[in-house]
Amino acid sequence: MISYLIRRLLYSVPIALGVSLMIFMLVHLAPGDPISAIAPADAPPDVVERLRVDYGYDKPLPIQFGLWLGRAVTGDLGNSVASGQPVAAEVMSAVGNTILLSLCAAVFGFTLGAVLGFVAGYKQGRAMDKIATAIAVAGISVPHYWLGMVLVIVFSVQLNALPAVGMGPGGSNDWAWDWLHMRHLILPAITLAVIPIGIVMRTTRSAVAEILNQEFVQALRAKGLSERHVLGHVIRNVAPTVLAVMGLQLGYLLGGSILIETVFSWPGTGFLLNTAIFRRDIPMLQGTILVLALFFVFLNVVVDLIQTAVDPRIKRA
Amino acid sequence: MTAALRQDQSPVAEAAPAPLVTVENLTVSFKGGDGVIKAVNGVDFTLERGKVLTILGESGSGKSVTLKAMMRLHPPRKTSYTGRIAIGGREILSLSDRELGQVRGSVVSMIFQEPMLAFDPVYTIGQQIAETVVRHEGVSRQAADKRALELLEMVQIPSAARRLKAYPHEMSGGMRQRAMIALALSCRPDLLLADEPTTALDATVQMQVLILLRQLQREMGMAVIFVTHDMGVAAEIADEVAVMYAGRFIETGPVGDVIGRRLHPYTEGLLASTVHGAQRGQRLETIAGAPPNLAKLPSGCAFAPRCRYVEPRCRETEVPLFHPKPDHAARCLRIDR
Ligand SMILES: Nc1ncnc2c1ncn2[C@@H]1O[C@H](COP(=O)(O)OP(=O)(O)O)[C@@H](O)[C@H]1O
Ligand SMILES: [Mg+2]
Repeated sequence: MISYLIRRLLYSVPIALGVSLMIFMLVHLAPGDPISAIAPADAPPDVVERLRVDYGYDKPLPIQFGLWLGRAVTGDLGNSVASGQPVAAEVMSAVGNTILLSLCAAVFGFTLGAVLGFVAGYKQGRAMDKIATAIAVAGISVPHYWLGMVLVIVFSVQLNALPAVGMGPGGSNDWAWDWLHMRHLILPAITLAVIPIGIVMRTTRSAVAEILNQEFVQALRAKGLSERHVLGHVIRNVAPTVLAVMGLQLGYLLGGSILIETVFSWPGTGFLLNTAIFRRDIPMLQGTILVLALFFVFLNVVVDLIQTAVDPRIKRA
Repeated sequence: MTAALRQDQSPVAEAAPAPLVTVENLTVSFKGGDGVIKAVNGVDFTLERGKVLTILGESGSGKSVTLKAMMRLHPPRKTSYTGRIAIGGREILSLSDRELGQVRGSVVSMIFQEPMLAFDPVYTIGQQIAETVVRHEGVSRQAADKRALELLEMVQIPSAARRLKAYPHEMSGGMRQRAMIALALSCRPDLLLADEPTTALDATVQMQVLILLRQLQREMGMAVIFVTHDMGVAAEIADEVAVMYAGRFIETGPVGDVIGRRLHPYTEGLLASTVHGAQRGQRLETIAGAPPNLAKLPSGCAFAPRCRYVEPRCRETEVPLFHPKPDHAARCLRIDR
C-alpha cells in the first residue's frame, strides 16, 4: 500500500508540471504582455519598459517559465500587478474561504444526495423514488446562480432572516465558528450543494438499483440475512462508485464557483478569479489557477487511493 | 409453549414418519408489464429425509422458480404463490419474514448455478461463510471464523486458511463452487437446494463437485433437491426424478424407472438427446419446437404442440397424473389405454 501510494504520488509530478506549463502558456497566448494590458494608453513608454523589466516580462518565454516555476515551487507566486501585494498570500486566504464553503456544501449535499439516492434505488418505481428523482432532476436543471438570487430575495430581502453577502458581520474576512459568521454560510452553501445533491443522488440511485438486481443479493437473502445486513452489503458494493463521483464533485466544489461566490460576494477563489480577470491581473490569475489545478491533481490521487482501499477488485499493483 | 411443543415433535418419534418436504398443488406466478407469467402450475411431491430428488427439464420449464419458491425467495411484490410447501413441519408460505429469515440458510439452503454471481464480490469468502454462521448459530466472530475454516477443509479446498481471505474473483470456478457448498452446508441444513450447481463448470471439475456433493449428502443425511437439464448428471446423483415441463411435473418416479421405463414422450425426447452420443453438459436440443409461452399456456397438455404422438383429445382436457405403478407416474393420455 505504501509503495503504491508513493508510486501514485510520483505519477502526479509530470501531470503537475504539464498543468503548470499549460497555465503559463495560456496566459501568454493573449497578445501583448501583462504590463501593456494594464498600462494606460498615455503612459510614458520608458515607464512601461521599466515595469516590464521589473516584472521580468522582457525575458524569453522559456526563461520566464523557468523563473516562474522556480519561484512557484518555493511558494512565491509573484506580486499582483493590480495591488502590488504578494499573490500567494491572497490566493491562500481565498483558498481557505473556498474550502470552508465547499466542505460545508459537500457535507450537506453528499449526505442528502446519498440518502435520497439510496432510498430511491431501494424503493425503485415507488412513490419515494419518484419524489427523490424529481428533486435530483430539479437540482441538476435549475441554474444555481438563479436559485442563489431567489434565495437571497426570499431569505435576505423579504424575510430579512439571513445575510446575503460576505462571510462575516460588517464584511469581515476573519472566520469564526459562531452563529454570527455561520449565518453567512447558509445560503451560499445550500446554493452550491444543489448540483452535487442531484448528481450524487442519481449515481447512488442507479448504483443501488444495479446491485439489487444482482444474483448475490438473492443469495444473501437465501442465507437468511436480515434486510439490514443485506443493505450493509449493498452499501459496501455501491461505495466505490459513489465515492468516486463524490470525489469529482468535491473537486468541482473546491475549484470555487465564480458565479456563486460572485452572487454572494464570498471571498474565495472564484471571487478572486473574477476580480483578477476584470483587473487583468495576470500574476494573480496564474497563481490562482495553478493552485486550483494542483489541488485537482492531488484530489485525484486521494480519490484513487480511497477507491483502491474500498474495492478489493481494483489491483494495487 | 404450544409452538415449542410442536417444533419438538421430530418426525422420527411419530408412528409414520412424515416426509421432510411436502409440496401440494404449488403455483407460482409473476405479475409483469405484459400480463401474468405462470411459471409453476400445480406441482406436488414429497421428499424423505436423506433422499435426493432431481428436477429435470429444458431451460425455461420452471425448475429454478420451483426451487426458489421453496424458500420464498422471489421478489415479494410481483410474485404470488398458491398451494402448500411444508419443510420439517414449517409452512413456508405462511411464515412471517422473521421466521423465514431463521429458516433460510439453516433449515433450507441453496447452491446457485454461477458461484461467481452468487458471492458478494467485495467480501472475502471467509467473511461470507462466517456471517451466515453468526446469523444462525449466534456464535462469536472468532468461533465463526474457525468454523469457516473447517468447512473449507470439509469441501477439500487446498490451503483453506489462505482461501478464507480470498475474494471470489481470486478463485477458480471449481473452488468457488466448493466454497458455495461449504457456505450452504455451514448450518447443517435438513434440505439443500442445488440449482444446476455444475452446469457452469468444465467437465472434469463438474464430476469432482458432483462426487463431493453426493458424499457430503450421505455423510450429513441431508435431503437434496437437485435441478439440472442434464440426464447424465441426474442419473449420477438422483434417488427420485421429476421431469418438468411448462411449470408442471409431467413424470415422476425412482431414477431407474424414469430412465429405464419412461412413460412420457417428453422424457423420451430428453433421453434421446443423451442416448445418441450427446455429452454430459450439452444442451438438450433434439426435441423439435420450443417450450410454450408461460403468459399464454395452451389448453390441455402443454407438450401437445411438440408431441409426435399428439391426438385431438390431448388438447381438450387437462391431463391428469396416471400411476401405472404406485411410485411412478406421468401426465400422458397414452398411459390410459
Ligand atoms: N422474477 C421473475 N419474474 C418474471 N418471470 C420470471 C421470474 N423468474 C423466472 N421467470 C420466468 O419463469 C420461467 C421459468 O424460469 P426458470 O424457472 O428460471 O426456468 P429453468 O427451468 O430454466 O430454471 C421463465 O420463462 C422465466 O422467464
Ligand atoms: Mg434455471
